Amino acid sequence: MSFDVERIRKEFPVLDQEIHGKPLAFLDSAASSQKPRAVIDAISALYSRDYANIHRGVYELSQRATRAFEASREKTRRFIGAAEAKEIVFVRGTTEAINLVAQSFGRENVGEGDEILITHMEHHSNIVPWQMLCREKGAVLRVAPIDDRGALDMEAFASLLSDRTRIVAVSHVSNALGTVNPVEEIVRLSHERGVPVLLDGAQAVPHQRVDVAALDCDFYAFSSHKLFGPSGIGVLYGKKELLEAMPPWQGGGEMILSVTFEDTVYNEIPHKFEAGTPDIGGVVGFGAALDWVEEVGYDAIHAHEQELLEYGTEALLSVPGVRIIGTAPGKAAVLSFVMDDAHPHDIGTILDGEGVAVRTGHHCAQPVMARFGVPATARASLAVYNNQRDLDALVRGLHKVREVLT
Amino acid sequence: MSELRELYQTTILDHNKRPRNFRVPEACTHDADGFNPLCGDQIKVYAQVEDDVVTDVAFQGSGCAISTASASMMTDLVKGKSLADAKDLFERFHELVTSDPASEPDVDELGKLAVFAGVREFPMRVKCATLAWHTLRNALDGTGEVARTE
Repeated sequence: MSFDVERIRKEFPVLDQEIHGKPLAFLDSAASSQKPRAVIDAISALYSRDYANIHRGVYELSQRATRAFEASREKTRRFIGAAEAKEIVFVRGTTEAINLVAQSFGRENVGEGDEILITHMEHHSNIVPWQMLCREKGAVLRVAPIDDRGALDMEAFASLLSDRTRIVAVSHVSNALGTVNPVEEIVRLSHERGVPVLLDGAQAVPHQRVDVAALDCDFYAFSSHKLFGPSGIGVLYGKKELLEAMPPWQGGGEMILSVTFEDTVYNEIPHKFEAGTPDIGGVVGFGAALDWVEEVGYDAIHAHEQELLEYGTEALLSVPGVRIIGTAPGKAAVLSFVMDDAHPHDIGTILDGEGVAVRTGHHCAQPVMARFGVPATARASLAVYNNQRDLDALVRGLHKVREVLT
Repeated sequence: MSELRELYQTTILDHNKRPRNFRVPEACTHDADGFNPLCGDQIKVYAQVEDDVVTDVAFQGSGCAISTASASMMTDLVKGKSLADAKDLFERFHELVTSDPASEPDVDELGKLAVFAGVREFPMRVKCATLAWHTLRNALDGTGEVARTE
């Protein structure tokens, strides 16, 4: 079946509306994507017919909910090519997944004088958890630099790997720049030194197929809400041996086998890391989102987005005074930009008046902003449901910005 | 679109392009830093106070059109005012930009600052308009605290 963006758009009810009297051009999917009808319906169906608390319920409803919940785990395993479903831990999002690894694996394996290696393009969620761990342990945070295009300096990265490096944590795709990192190379170099690698895949999974077995990464974290699923749900993939050796992070129900006041026996993975009642509806909705992505197909998604990225890049550069921040080769569909004599915040407000939704600010990546010497950028980020009309509206809006501000 | 015109009035655009008192004074008795983490706006406000009168105000920093214009007009208007009057003006200005957009704006004694009534339609931008004022208040109070809008 050939790709038809207009058919895709019809599956997203939210896109069919006007904002301030103009058709909505939603260009903020890197912050959070919109949801297709299939996801909305799956959540609604669960709560309408099949909802009860999961696991250990002996009655029919609980078994239905448990089946739907665990089916999402199996779908996730298949989706990212993990060996076993027990390697899939459901968390609240990428941020929680990284914190889990920092607090569980990190606390066990990082000591005084040890090093954690990240890059200059990380989202705050892949900086702060490691900084907290470093403070607690007296460890050192090392940061691999990026060049003026926003590409990782691999030579510097390799030289920063040392005998003291205990973990490497790198974004697969940068949220602020769109850079796609050479993660295979990063994993290979790190493993040569016996260092495990966590990949922050929040911005990768909406755009490209991820195969954790092929990547051979040790941990892979991503969020449902950027992948057309509900917010409040995310995934931590971890290699079985690592997850099994790690201590639990939060204590409570579900994560135990037996409890007495003297001692507690922890549950098997992944349940050991899933204390408390999870977002059952969220996980089921996430499973529907995975089905939806598989149905559309990554080949079609990638080809469509890259075509739009090329179109959008040229269109943006046709606007006087616009400069794109993040020009690494082979980047994902993210257009971060600044404009002469127009602060991103003013750009955002004026674009909203034209029905165009972009994000403005530091994108939770203040070190990236500092690296490029800007306080903030405006960012148009694309998803499979965007079309050329959205980008045309952006360009018209930017001309309006010039008109209003000058 | 008329709301946008209300927000980006000629006076505001003029102060954004040519901010007044945009300098580091040779001497000052009070200063403070302000920061809006939402958009990265940074400002430093300097004030010279003699016998409870603000004899000079200046600022430095970078921000959006609303925050730059607000800082610029603030320095123009506060200069020559008593400490009490300066703080009173801030209270009135704050009331203006946070009041219900459906209500008639109370611009008595606000003078040129009345152009900021348009900000009421844009709740996300109120902090841009008030950053300089919060920073000035901190400077005059001498708390040494960085003014934050978050």
